[in-house]
Amino acid sequence: MSAVVGTGRTTTTPAGRMRALARAEATLFLRNKGTLVAALFVPLVLPVSVRSAVPEVNLKEAGLSVGTLVLPAAVGFSLLFAVYAALIGAFVARREELVLKRLRTGELRDVEILAGTALPAAMTGLVQCLLLAVGCTVVLDLDAPPAPQLAIIGLLLGLVTAVALAALTATFSRTTESAQVTSLPLMLLSFAGSGMTVPLEMLPDRLASFCELLPLTPAITLVRGAWTGDLSAYEALGAVLAGLAWTVLSVFAVRRWFRWEPRR
Amino acid sequence: METNEREHVIEVTDLRRVYGGGFEAVRGVSFSVGRGEIFALLGTNGAGKTSTVEVLEGLAPPAGGRVRVLGHDPYTERAVVRPRTGVMLQEGGFPSELTVGETARMWAGCTSGARPEAEALALVGLERRTDVRVKQLSGGERRRLDLALALLGSPEVLFLDEPTTGLDAEGRRATWELVRELRDGGTTVLLTTHYLEEAEDLADRLAILHEGRIAAAGTPAEVTASQPSRISFELPSGYFVGDLPPLGPLGVSGYEEEGRVIRLRTHELQRATTRLLVWAEQAGVTLRGLDVRSASLEEAFLRIAREAPAGVESSVATNLPDVSDVSDVSDVSEERVA
Repeated sequence: MSAVVGTGRTTTTPAGRMRALARAEATLFLRNKGTLVAALFVPLVLPVSVRSAVPEVNLKEAGLSVGTLVLPAAVGFSLLFAVYAALIGAFVARREELVLKRLRTGELRDVEILAGTALPAAMTGLVQCLLLAVGCTVVLDLDAPPAPQLAIIGLLLGLVTAVALAALTATFSRTTESAQVTSLPLMLLSFAGSGMTVPLEMLPDRLASFCELLPLTPAITLVRGAWTGDLSAYEALGAVLAGLAWTVLSVFAVRRWFRWEPRR
Repeated sequence: METNEREHVIEVTDLRRVYGGGFEAVRGVSFSVGRGEIFALLGTNGAGKTSTVEVLEGLAPPAGGRVRVLGHDPYTERAVVRPRTGVMLQEGGFPSELTVGETARMWAGCTSGARPEAEALALVGLERRTDVRVKQLSGGERRRLDLALALLGSPEVLFLDEPTTGLDAEGRRATWELVRELRDGGTTVLLTTHYLEEAEDLADRLAILHEGRIAAAGTPAEVTASQPSRISFELPSGYFVGDLPPLGPLGVSGYEEEGRVIRLRTHELQRATTRLLVWAEQAGVTLRGLDVRSASLEEAFLRIAREAPAGVESSVATNLPDVSDVSDVSDVSEERVA
């Protein structure tokens, strides 16, 4: 998007600059087959395994159904594979190829560089989650959510947190190969503790209140709450605040420690 | 300096840059570049060229001193400065899986007043490589792509960090020609290079950096003028150095002896050469391998790279160490002439 100024010279805008960068990044995303497969198909396949992990009787006791078990897990897998893991790879690859440094010599501001790079992955995650919601509704006989606003808030919060944490993790990853290792802690922690494989409702209270504080728990809690409808306003607010806290912390850490060029 | 009457587009005052480990890469560098001037920073690897340019490009804040580009701080006033500058880093910085055309389109979308991508690519002769992936380009083609993108926004100030490294002779000439045309069109160019020929041919003024300080600065002619010219020849058989006419009156300021080869240094090339040849004529000897050579930038550069002691005052034009102050560092025997 460009606007003409008095001299007839066009001036770039933040939105226009980010769009140009995101377009290039989307092209790169489509050309990287490994990332593409992991980002597009893993979140569609893995939720199936979750379904068999919890006996249906236990679900009933916790007030859940197969649908309210699988859909939040699917959203979690999407955030982790399509957004978090894919973006770490992108940030590290661009940094090591000196692309980030080169971009910083131009008109893009630092935050625009990170946001523009993240845009294709975030859009992928968003579209994927919407498709998963439709798919679960059709296949698992899920009713329309009684509190859809919670799903939207939870999803946006999850996307922002995943992007910010990807930038932070990229800071500690030297190569795209080592990024596969540095991404593991958050992935495993989220599988186990953020209500993806085992809903927090089914955990002992003490453990559950710790797990509520993990980075992706708020997003998953809010999405599940949107469909169960039994999340109180107080609980929802708590989840939003926990999610925002992680986002703010990550943004602060990225501003402080993000590296724009390879270590020499 | 002689550019006082001109607008100073780049001003660097006592610039210092210190890296994380405490290494001081730039130790008090000052210079200024007038509008429409080509200024070259010359130096060996590690002399501080890139460290200096990165501050001017606004990639890093200075650890000390002051830097102004177009009257603004390039780091804190980035939004004002960037639309008016073009930058070519020492090394690429383009995603290898994008094509040349896609890379140019991306940059055009991020550049105010961008000229058509095809026009920018044609400037550097890459118009036929539009659909080629960056990873398939040769090193020289990548440098040219980098230059094309630096020129996209028709910048007022152009920073070129080793623009011709990796180019073949033809590509280098073409780049020089392009840079001259840009200068003639009013663009201010700051370039770094370790090719002496490049600095000598292209630069209106230059500074030689050594160990983070400016060891010499001025026009190529000024920097060269401070250097001695050289006369070298083989001693005729049966002759010794002592058989030559007294060197002082000859205008010779020093000499080196390597086997039978004698190298004289002089600031009065014509006088020294004439007297030497008159002597040879009268003595009836032939000076084999006679080589008479004016001072060159290369001479100045090598001398500084080898010999400038740490602690040379910076920012003073042509502040080269005096010949008689220089101790011998090579394996060549060296004596001083009284």
